[in-house]
Order: sequence, then C-alpha cells, then structure tokens
Amino acid sequence: MAAEMEPPPLGDAGQTDFREIEDGEGFFVSTVTILESPEPSSPDPPSMPAEGISTNGPKQEDISLDDDPEDLFAEATEEVSLDSPEREPILSDGPSPAITPVTPTAMLTPRMGLGTAEMFERSLDELEEDESGDTFDMHIAVSDPEKVGDGMNAYMGYKVTTKTSMTIFSKNETTVRRRFSDFLGLHSKLASRYLHIGYIVPPAPEKSIVGMTKVKVGKEDLSSAEFVEKRRSALERYLMRTVKHPILLKDPDVMMFLESSELPRAVSTQALSGAGILRMVNKAADAVNKMTIKMNESDAWFEEKHQQFENLDLQLRKLHASVECLVCHRKELSVNTASFAKSAAMLGNSEDHTALSRALSQLAEVEEKIDQLHQDQAYADFYLFSELLGDYVRLITAVKGVFDHRMKTWSKWQDTQLLLQKKREAESKLQFANKPDKLQQAQDEIKELEGKVQQGEKDFELISKTIRKEVSRFEKERVKDFKVVIIKYLESLVQTQQQLIKYWEAFLPEAKAIA
Amino acid sequence: MRQEEQNGGCFQKIANIARLAAQHDDLQRCCTFIIMTSTLDDSEKEKARSVSVDLNNDASLLIDIPDALCERDKVKFTVHTKTTLSSFQKPDFSVPRQHEDFIWLHDALVETEDYAGLIIPPAPPKPDFESPREKMHKLGEGEATMTKEEYTKMKQELEAEYLAVFKKTVQVHEVFLQRLSSHPILSKDRNFQIFLEYDQDLSVRRKNAKETFGSFFKNMVKSADEVIISGIKEVDDFFEQEKTFLLDYSSKIKDSTARAEKMTRSHKNVADDYIHISATLNSLSVDDNTALKKHLEKFADLFEKLRKVEGRVASDEELKLTELFRYYMLDIQAAKDLLYRRARALADYENSNKALDKARLKSKDITQAEEHQQQCLQKFDKLSESGKRELTSFKGRRVVAFRKNLIEMSELEIKHAKNNMALLQGCIELLKSN
Repeated sequence: MAAEMEPPPLGDAGQTDFREIEDGEGFFVSTVTILESPEPSSPDPPSMPAEGISTNGPKQEDISLDDDPEDLFAEATEEVSLDSPEREPILSDGPSPAITPVTPTAMLTPRMGLGTAEMFERSLDELEEDESGDTFDMHIAVSDPEKVGDGMNAYMGYKVTTKTSMTIFSKNETTVRRRFSDFLGLHSKLASRYLHIGYIVPPAPEKSIVGMTKVKVGKEDLSSAEFVEKRRSALERYLMRTVKHPILLKDPDVMMFLESSELPRAVSTQALSGAGILRMVNKAADAVNKMTIKMNESDAWFEEKHQQFENLDLQLRKLHASVECLVCHRKELSVNTASFAKSAAMLGNSEDHTALSRALSQLAEVEEKIDQLHQDQAYADFYLFSELLGDYVRLITAVKGVFDHRMKTWSKWQDTQLLLQKKREAESKLQFANKPDKLQQAQDEIKELEGKVQQGEKDFELISKTIRKEVSRFEKERVKDFKVVIIKYLESLVQTQQQLIKYWEAFLPEAKAIA
Repeated sequence: MRQEEQNGGCFQKIANIARLAAQHDDLQRCCTFIIMTSTLDDSEKEKARSVSVDLNNDASLLIDIPDALCERDKVKFTVHTKTTLSSFQKPDFSVPRQHEDFIWLHDALVETEDYAGLIIPPAPPKPDFESPREKMHKLGEGEATMTKEEYTKMKQELEAEYLAVFKKTVQVHEVFLQRLSSHPILSKDRNFQIFLEYDQDLSVRRKNAKETFGSFFKNMVKSADEVIISGIKEVDDFFEQEKTFLLDYSSKIKDSTARAEKMTRSHKNVADDYIHISATLNSLSVDDNTALKKHLEKFADLFEKLRKVEGRVASDEELKLTELFRYYMLDIQAAKDLLYRRARALADYENSNKALDKARLKSKDITQAEEHQQQCLQKFDKLSESGKRELTSFKGRRVVAFRKNLIEMSELEIKHAKNNMALLQGCIELLKSN
C-alpha cells in the first residue's frame, strides 16, 4: 500500500506554497512547509504574522489557475500552522501557540487599492463561490478497517481514499492509511486554529474505551464488528463535513491528512496525556468563565440565534433518544421474530396434518426472512437517522462553543479597555508627580494598550462577522443534510414494506392450500 | 336498534367515556369501560370469533355477550340467551355473570363423569389488564417529560390497548359459551342451563360446588398427568398416535405461543416509539424557520400515520397468530385431559380385571367383581368411542381454524404493508417536489 502513495510534496518549492504577511510591512513571500521547525512564536501579534482567515488557498505556481479577474487574492495570505506536530495544541484561548486573530486592516496592500475591509468581505464571498474555480467536488471514503498489532497496543487502521477533481489537490485520487488518533489529532489542530475565531469546526467522533478494548482484546463477535463499522462510518462523515467547509478544506493539516503517506503520531489526543489533562483543566476554567461573563448583547441577532440553538439542541437530543429507542426495539423485534420462526418450524414438524404442517413450515420461513428485514431496517434506522441526529447534537455543541468564544473575545476586549482606563488615570496622576521616567513608561503602556483595545474591538467585530457567515452556512448545510437523509430513510422504509408484501403474498397461497 | 347504524356513533361514545374516565386523578383507578360488542358490525363480529368456527349457528340456542362492564379488577358480563327450547323458562333473557361464574361452570362440566369422554372446552383465561395498567402508571409518572400532545397521544394509545384487552376477554368468554351451546351433549347440561338462566347471584352455588367436589376437583382439574398417560400400554393404534402427537404438539405450541406473544409485543413497542418520534419532529418543525420546516412537518405527520398502521399490524398479528396459538394450546390441554381420563379408565379396567381374577381364585364376591369389571369395561369403551369422535372432530376444527387465521393474517399483513407503502411514497413525492 505504501507503494501506491507518492512521497508528499514537501520541501518542494514548486508545489505547496504558503505565504506569510506581516503587519504593515507589505508582502513578503516565503515558502514554509509543515515539517520545517517552527519559528519561535509569541502569542501576541504582531510577531505572529498570520491572518485569522485564510483566503484563497495555496496555489501551485506551475499550474495556471482560474482566470477569475475578481480573484484579488492570488498571492494573498494563507494561514500557517506554526504548530509542529510535536507541540501540544491546546484547545482553549490561553497561551496558545496557534494563531491569534489579527486584524486584516493593516495586512494586505490591495492590488487595486480598495479598502481592506471591503476586500476582506469579498474574500470570504469569493471563497465560498470560487474555490480555485472548482465547484465542490470531492468524495472521501473510509474503508477497510484492519487491526494492526496485538494486545493493548493494537489499533485499527483505516484506509482513507480521496477522490477529487479539484485543482488544489495534487492528485485526483489518493489513498492513505490512518488510525483513529490521527483523526483526533487533525480535529484538535483545526479546533485550536479556528474555533476561537468563530469557525464551526466539525467535532470528531467520540472515543470509546469499552468499544476499543473489545476490539483490541480480539473479540471477534457481532458487537465489536458493529462497533468498528459504526466508527468507520462516523470517521467518513467527519471527514466529509470537514472538507465541505471551504476554509477548513484549504487548511494544510487537512491536506496533509488526506495526502501524506506518513503522519506523525498525535499523542496529545490521548486522554491521559499531559495535553489531555490540560484540556480538562481548561474546559473547567471555561465553564466557570462562562458563568461569570455577563455580556451586554447589542446585537439582537446573536441573542435570537443563541436561543434558537439552545432549543434545537434540546429537541435534537430528545429526538435522538427516541430514535435510539426505536433502533433498540426494532432489533428486539428482529430477534423475537427469529425465535418465533424457529418455534413455528418445530411446530410444523410436529404437526401431523400434512398440509397444515407444510403451511406452518412455510410460515416459519417467511418469519425468518422478515426477521432479517427488521434487522436491516434497524441498521437503516441507526445509520441514517440516529447517527445524523447524533452528529448534529455534537455539531451544535461546536456552534455553542463558537458563540462562547465570541463572548470571551468581547470580555477580553472589555478587560483591556478597563485596564487602559486605569492606566490613563494612573498616568494623569503621574503628570503631577514629577517622575519623568515613570511617566514615560506609563505613556508607553497607554499607547500599547490603546493599540490592544483597538485590536480587541476589531477581533470582536471579526468574530461576530465570521459567526454570522458560519451560522448561515451551517443552517444551509443542515437543511440539505436533513432533507437528503429524510428521503433516504423513507426510501429504506418503503423497501422494507415492499419486501413484506412480497413475502406475505408468496405465503398466502400456501395458507389457502391447507385442506 | 340496528347495530350497523349505531356503529360509528357507539365507537365514539366508547372512546369518549374511556377518555373521561381516565381523566380522573388516579389513572389506575378509573377504568370504567362500558363496551357494547353489539356495536361491531357482523363481519367484525365474525372476525372476532374467528379462533373457533361454526359456532352459534343453531337457532335453537343462541348465546352472545352483548355488553360488559369493567370495574377495577372485576369484569361483569351480560350473557344473553335466545332460545326455542322448551327446557328454558323464557325465549329471550339476559343475566349478569362474573369471570368466576364461568370457571365454576367449566369445573362443574369437567367434574361430570358422564362427560369424561368429551373434550371440555377450555375455560376462558382471567381478564388481564396488568400490562396496560402498568403502562398507564408509567405514563403518569413520565408526564412531565413529554409535550402535552405526546402525552395525549400516548394516553389514547393506552386507552385503545385497554379496549383491546377488554374486547379480547369478552370474545374469549363468549366463545366458551358458544362452544358449549353448539355441542350436542354439553348444550343440554343442567349446570349450563343454570348458568344461562339463574337470575340471581351464582356465587352461593359456586361456594357449595367447591365444597362438594373438594379434592376430586383438584385432581381432575390439574394438568393431565403425562406420566400416567404415557405409562399405560395402549391397545388402540388411533389413541397411540394421538397420544404421541398431542404430547409433543402440546409443548411445541406452548413454546410458539410464548414467542409469538414476545414478537407482537416488540411490534407494539416499535409502534409506540413512532409516537414519540412524531411528537418531537412536530416540536422541531414548529421551532424551525428554515426551508426544513415543511419537511419536518410532513415527516412528523407521516410518522403519526405510520404508527397507527403499525399498531394495527401488531394487534392483528396478536389476534390471528398469538391468540390462535393460545386458544389451541388450551384446547390441546383439554384434549390431553380426555386422554388422561381414558387412561385412568383403562387403568381402572385393568385393576378390575386383576380383582376379578383374585375373586375367582378366592371364590369370593365373584359376581360383584364381574359386575365391577363390566362397568369398567363399559366406561372405558364409552370413553374410547366418544374420545375418538371428539379427537377427530377436534383435529378438523383445528385445521380449519388455523387455515382461516393464517389466511386472514396474511391478507391483513399485505393490506397494512400496502397502506404503509402508499403513505411513504406519498410523503416522498411530496418532499421531493418541495
């Protein structure tokens, strides 16, 4: 399998091209690949030269791009992940080595001299409609789960096949092997990069210690096979959702995930790693913060949407629970029908009236086929209906997270403002204290803080804008997803009923033949 | 009062009464249902009686249970008789009876020596409202977690279940009486007549009966002792075959009944789940203001319709399959009881032979022994003769009933599946065109 995959295009300047831009310094171009050692980064701008939002993706210089004249950003920035895989991405806002949002205003020297804000706006619009000139045409399949290794260190390897005609990918079809922690690692990187600036990053499938242990221990039974299938399907849906997001699709980690033959092991995703514990601590801190931040919501839209998502969350959870119940009962029905079929067969054998005996045996056969039907329907109930709902329950958690990040951004901005105010008061006091060096220091601090306040405000506006776009995109996707699944599910029900009619119509003459 | 005309209105009345009754505080306590089986039209009544066929055809003695009252645990049946026989005081009369009265009648018939060669129709099972009652209780407890609509639908569903159990028990009691009335010998039984006619409370008689029969009663009513039956050396091929067949078939059909019951109950559970799903989809659609709103609405509506069909599938399966098996399981038990009595008679005969030999040896009481032996032989012969008749007609009855029910069940399954498909396809078209 390794032979199939070409070595990833690393270090090859012609292939992947990431550009960086620094604040107010115009353009400079450098080629940075993921495996280069990262520049020592400080969490605050301006030394972190990256934009919070990626614009048009890395273009391959030797490939002629679309002729779109509107494409102002052919040489625009691409966000760079300066996380090396060895770094441990932390998912909260704290001292994150990941990108902090930087205002776009000072960044790009527009080729056509338009206001940067407008440019910025258009960049997003264009991004959604024009991704390298391709419409979204990508299909990812996760297949062939294979157990690698033995005992408690064993894991499941999955084959990830990407088929696409989009030009941002180096090949039309790529196949790689990945394990579950790779997926988690990918998600954790994306989350740390995009969540706090307002992007709804699809959550990865959940870990399951019980499920995995059964597989590791080598239990080759129905429940572990079902577990593996459930996971495989969930991973596939996860990847498809991720790449459907125009921004995430262009993320270099996503590309690498899909195309690199080897991926550094994501140890930080383990629950008991240092990063894992840090994650838990941060989550707790977040929860406390959420309770203490009281935001003055000036924008009714956010208030409304927040409430909407709370309601949606509740309802979806309820529906999910009901559908899980349905799946369970249908499985029970299948089992009970099978058991009845066996019993009817024995009854038929025992029956001494020949025609009736035959009819009872036929009845047993019909019921056996019907039990398989119920089982298949239960699978459809689960994989179509139940899993969709489960996915959306988790997605909405991500949405709520993004709303929370906005609150945090606001809070940070407000705190900086307060701090500025205090410093100003202190400075005015120092004016009369005749301590020139202290005064100077205070004035320097004030200048810095003023910049930060401005930054904070812009960050807040930016995240608000991003969220609006993201929510609208999310809703569109949700409507599409649900519409498609509802119809698919109904068609599965139709099929079951069709089969039932067939089976019973075949049995009826047998019953009539009893003489 | 033409039954058919009253049909729709009566059902509505029943539903209303049931609803009103259940609206009282304690759902458990207030199940006072008045059901008028005469509101079913003739074809439905025919279907209702389908486990046993060819009953109530003889105009000289027509019995039915036109209505019944359910108070708490007690069910009061109104047994209505129409007869041209002079042995009865009136041509048309009704009496109130309780389940215990039916049991008394059954036991009295079983006890009657003269009927030892007959298959006594199995006693109707006790009315069992346990399952819907328990569900009602759970529903009451879970009320807070459901929307008002969901709760109402679940309650309606449970009321329907109550009604179904009720109808079933009425039917089963009715069939018991009708089998008696259509039997050439049993229909003339004195106790049967008392049961039909005696216009006062039978409970006094019941108590007396219990005391008279005492332990003999217990011995006879207990399940046929299979050891005795299989231990006896059989002289007759017919009975040998029947014995083997019935013993084996009896255990198999018992097993099938239990499993069929489990199966139909699971089916009912699935139908109930559809209610919850439909209710939540409805709530989702109400809150939704995207293009999904209409979809969710129609989806919710579809589930509501589907669950009604699924519910019917479950209850039809129950009536045609589970109840069929259950009835014949009981009937086979009655047939086994016949074999048992015959085996006892054979044992008695063999013992009397031994006694006669002993008497001849001792030259004492020979005539007595001879007479006794003759009696035993006569009794045994009578049992064998009547038994053969009964068992043959039993087989015929059984095959006919199975055939009828299996045909009806298949037809209903097909009907419901077609119904489901129409609903589903209609919805899919609607959604796709949106």
